[in-house]
Amino acid sequence: MAAGQEKGRFTGYWLIAPAAIWLGLFFVVPFYSLLSTSLYDPEGSVLTGYKVTFHVQNFSQAIQDYWHPMVRSLWYAGLATLICLVLGYVLAYAIAFKGGRWRNLLLVLVIAPFFTSFLVRTLSWKLILADDGFIVNSLQAVHLLGQDGRLLATPVAVIAGLTYNFLPFMVLPLYASLEKIDIRLVEASSDLYASPARGFFKVTWPLSLPGVVAGTLLTFIPAAGDYINATLLGSPNQRMVGNVIQDLFTTTGDYAAAGALSVILMAVIVAMVMVWVRTSGTEDLV
Amino acid sequence: MSTVTEGTVADGTAPASTVAPSTRSPLQRLRGWVSKHLVMGLGALILVYMFVPIAVVVMMSFNDNSKSRNVYAFKHFTLDNWTHPCKPNGMCDAVVKSVEIGLLATLVATIIGTLAAFALVRHRFAGRSFANLIIFLPMASPEIVMGSSLLALFVSSGFGGRLGFWTIFIAHVMFCLSFVIVTVKARLGGLDDNLEQAAMDLYATESQTFWRVTFPLVLPGVMAAALLSFSLSFDDFIITNLNAGQNVTFPMFVWGAAQRGVPMQVNVIGTVMFVVAIALVLGGEARNRRQARALAR
Repeated sequence: MAAGQEKGRFTGYWLIAPAAIWLGLFFVVPFYSLLSTSLYDPEGSVLTGYKVTFHVQNFSQAIQDYWHPMVRSLWYAGLATLICLVLGYVLAYAIAFKGGRWRNLLLVLVIAPFFTSFLVRTLSWKLILADDGFIVNSLQAVHLLGQDGRLLATPVAVIAGLTYNFLPFMVLPLYASLEKIDIRLVEASSDLYASPARGFFKVTWPLSLPGVVAGTLLTFIPAAGDYINATLLGSPNQRMVGNVIQDLFTTTGDYAAAGALSVILMAVIVAMVMVWVRTSGTEDLV
Repeated sequence: MSTVTEGTVADGTAPASTVAPSTRSPLQRLRGWVSKHLVMGLGALILVYMFVPIAVVVMMSFNDNSKSRNVYAFKHFTLDNWTHPCKPNGMCDAVVKSVEIGLLATLVATIIGTLAAFALVRHRFAGRSFANLIIFLPMASPEIVMGSSLLALFVSSGFGGRLGFWTIFIAHVMFCLSFVIVTVKARLGGLDDNLEQAAMDLYATESQTFWRVTFPLVLPGVMAAALLSFSLSFDDFIITNLNAGQNVTFPMFVWGAAQRGVPMQVNVIGTVMFVVAIALVLGGEARNRRQARALAR
């Protein structure tokens, strides 16, 4: 018995050890490497090697040089997240409350488009939004777009691409929380003479908030770091911070600046996430 | 009178809808119908929107653009792309490389992720909530930051010149792990442990209980996790691109081709991926239903 308990006490550690070691070595430790990279002496290069000189100016330099793409990334990602929230909420609500016995199949349909490659999907948007394509021609016909107006290489195309590519990350957590809502609570609100809109904002919406928070995080974070949509659907005027980091690492080889910019991006995201979780968590849930 | 009561019992909306036509104007009825079906209609529209690019991918896989410089337009119908999928230089090599990395990364991530999920659901140990946090974080970090951190690690530990298959593999296992753990954990957490208790009561040993009861019940979750991690691995671009060295995976091939003009065969691969994934998901679902029915009998 004692031996069994002893064995039981350690199996947990043995089972989690491989995953913990992998994530420790290749997820946690790399952040330390990134941090030290961001403090490299910018005089070094890939060939001659770098020295960690606690060159904190890398950060102020990075902010000064690249605050435009940084702000643009947050702005695009924020807008895309907002549109995803609206579209995703409607879709998740329809599946959860009107899906009936087709719910599982509908959920499969939500994920299905995302089994084709991210890049192939994004290139297909390039075709859809092309200059002489159906959408641009229609918008020109109703004068929403000038005769030489275009969608590609504009912020509209980049935000549309981000919205499309990250929509399932919004739908799935929203569905998970909407599905748990006891429909009798909504019925009770209408029995107590609440209008459908009031019932929604006082009952359904607050109960779905965990899904809203999870969905917005899972959409906003990858969207803020993405550069595929900005490159394929935008122009250099839509460069996002991901483009800059990627170029600094691979093309320019300026590891110090790239490291500093990555650290700044992560810090900004963590700060925004904390503020968002706190405001949505305490004020609305009480 | 009695019929009305019956109607109310059977279906709360029935009496209202049988009375309404005589008292409401057609416009009101239209409004009622629209507001009742609005959410469903909008939901259906959004679902259609999600499939528009897929339709374009399938369509373009039959496109003959050999005589045109404009890649982004449908010219002529052809089956050439399907009969000669490997015509573009290097594309099939890239696909093979992606499949190799995907299978290996999926195998490793699924095994060690499943073990970790068992640890987190079935065992108590110090640092569990910390472990949960570390598992959550990779899903909530931008890929560009994870990719550049890994590159910084590889370069600073002297592997900068040896980026390639194994560095991609390491990265892919890392980001697949969290998704595997979360998926298997969800399945394990929802298990009814009465079944295992029953097996033990019937004198099954611990390992018999595990292999005959627990494992078959968890298997659908493990399969879902494996499918998810293969598609994450096959599809990854941002992290891979930073840590690939001279290697070219399928997404990297598409990226490179996008600068010059994408060969239409890329759409063939996209279509095949879509069809295979759907077949696997629906096949798994059908198998689960059959099993559930067999168990119920």
